[in-house]
Amino acid sequence: MSRPRNAIVSALVLLLGRGRRRPSPDERRIVPALPPNPAAELAVLALLGLSSLSALGFILIYAFAGSLPDVTQLLGASIGLALLFLAAALVVVGLKLVPTEEVAEEYPPQEHPGEQEVIAEVLDESGTRFTRSRFFKLGLLGAGGTLGLAILTPAVSFGPLFHVGDFLRTPWRRGRRLVDEHGRPYNASDIEENDFYLAFPEGSSSSQQEQMAASLVLVRLPPDKIDLPRHLAGYDAHGILAYSRICTHAGCAITLYRAPLFQPDEPKPALVCPCHYSTFDPATGGTVTFGPAGRDLPLLPVYEDSGGYLRAKGNFDGPVGPSWWGVRLWKAQP
Amino acid sequence: MRAVLTVAVLAAAGLLAAGPAGSAAGGTPKKPLAAHGYHLYGEYCLGCHGGNAAGRANEPSNATGAGPGRDQGQQAGIAPSLQGVGALAADFYLRTGYMPLRHLGLQPRREPLVLSDRQIRALVAYIASFGGPPIPKPKPELGSLSQGQALFAEHCAGCHQVVGQGGYVTGALPPPLDRATPLQVAEAVRIGPYVMPKFSQHAISDRQLDSIVRYVEFAKRPDRPGGWGLGFLGPVPEGLVTWFLAMPALLVLCLLLGRRLRS
Repeated sequence: MSRPRNAIVSALVLLLGRGRRRPSPDERRIVPALPPNPAAELAVLALLGLSSLSALGFILIYAFAGSLPDVTQLLGASIGLALLFLAAALVVVGLKLVPTEEVAEEYPPQEHPGEQEVIAEVLDESGTRFTRSRFFKLGLLGAGGTLGLAILTPAVSFGPLFHVGDFLRTPWRRGRRLVDEHGRPYNASDIEENDFYLAFPEGSSSSQQEQMAASLVLVRLPPDKIDLPRHLAGYDAHGILAYSRICTHAGCAITLYRAPLFQPDEPKPALVCPCHYSTFDPATGGTVTFGPAGRDLPLLPVYEDSGGYLRAKGNFDGPVGPSWWGVRLWKAQP
Repeated sequence: MRAVLTVAVLAAAGLLAAGPAGSAAGGTPKKPLAAHGYHLYGEYCLGCHGGNAAGRANEPSNATGAGPGRDQGQQAGIAPSLQGVGALAADFYLRTGYMPLRHLGLQPRREPLVLSDRQIRALVAYIASFGGPPIPKPKPELGSLSQGQALFAEHCAGCHQVVGQGGYVTGALPPPLDRATPLQVAEAVRIGPYVMPKFSQHAISDRQLDSIVRYVEFAKRPDRPGGWGLGFLGPVPEGLVTWFLAMPALLVLCLLLGRRLRS
């Protein structure tokens, strides 16, 4: 036998022999001795081996990233498996190899029972000056309750309850021209059927532009297809209708227009909100035909002036924007 | 089969009813290609679109028979006039297979072409002889991809989904755009097929349209790192998957692993 081989064999014997030292039976222990569990130990070793294999896989995948498809998924799977095997190994160690023990700690015995009774009596007798204790309790309850209510009041700002004026104001006045997003006034001849247009009030101040009611969606329908209810009669300018662009459900901007090319065979024209697909019929004054919106889309009356420009004739037929408690009691305000 | 028969019978009836009147008013076009188209029109289109491409819009629907999905109470008439729609619309509808339509009253959808390229060119030439806009010439290479994405998100994604996978709206199915050629996208924006709105130069300029077409081309094969794409909607649905699928799975695992202490 050669010397290097001797050295390797003795090193191996030394390494493997270390773990096999038996505890002497007379040794005093705190943790009770349990029989060894070679199957569990083997499982832990196998899981740890699998974990290192997976981690090695991660390194290899990273190295050959250029020539592999779906590298992200492979990297994630390999590192995920490595962590999973490691966790599984620890779980097996915890359940099968480490001894577990349940200990219940008892409550300490009550200290000075006599003194505690005295304190209870003192407390009891201190209240005898209150002759109307029931009223006191009521007053205390009232004060505490109102204070709690006051603390909760700022939450009202999440929805309109006290200050609804800002929601009702609109920048529209009689005679105000409709312009596009670049400020060019709209001529009635610009508005074609099957197309839809974004419009704003001409020359509005910056605070007016921020109002929800500032933006409009313009559509043109064949005049014989328009069937407005009586209170909206005359709101259209020869087939041009100007609706608020803000959906009455959650206040999203209406950006979809269903525009049938051939009306007899296809669904009717509709203004649709992309958020929850509330669908409004522009021909009948913005009535809801589908979706969660609870009230009609507000319509702005418009007319064509002598130069052909579109101008507002007044204000919307109802409050613009998302609905709130009691919204139907209000009207749009200039 | 029955539907094809119906359309064929309709076409024959239409030929008898409107053919002579149509030829008296419009007549056979002079150019040979358009003349070929005139005959093809009689074969495939006349039954619904009427003689002389004038449409049959004001006839009661019970005269046409009913296709599935046809609401008798609401709908009357058969098909729109093709005068003035131009080569733009004819090319779009024929090259996508939207026309000839299988059943009356249905949304036109992408179908295998029944007409050859030469037949389509002939029909387009015939329809174009009534006037109307020409076939557009989109130049996606001149457009900007980022601008195109912004415009697509603003104007198109509400129905067609942000990478053009199609979707649902009330009353129609917005088609996926994976098979739409750049030319077809440009044509559809200007026509507004079925219930899609049309977009004029005022709303989308030709240069902006180039950008949109370029984005649609990109969206056919978006950058994907593999795995579950989740509609390419971005980090919000990905986060939802993490919180509502992965987290509960981990919680269940924890519950299975642990042992409840008996007390």
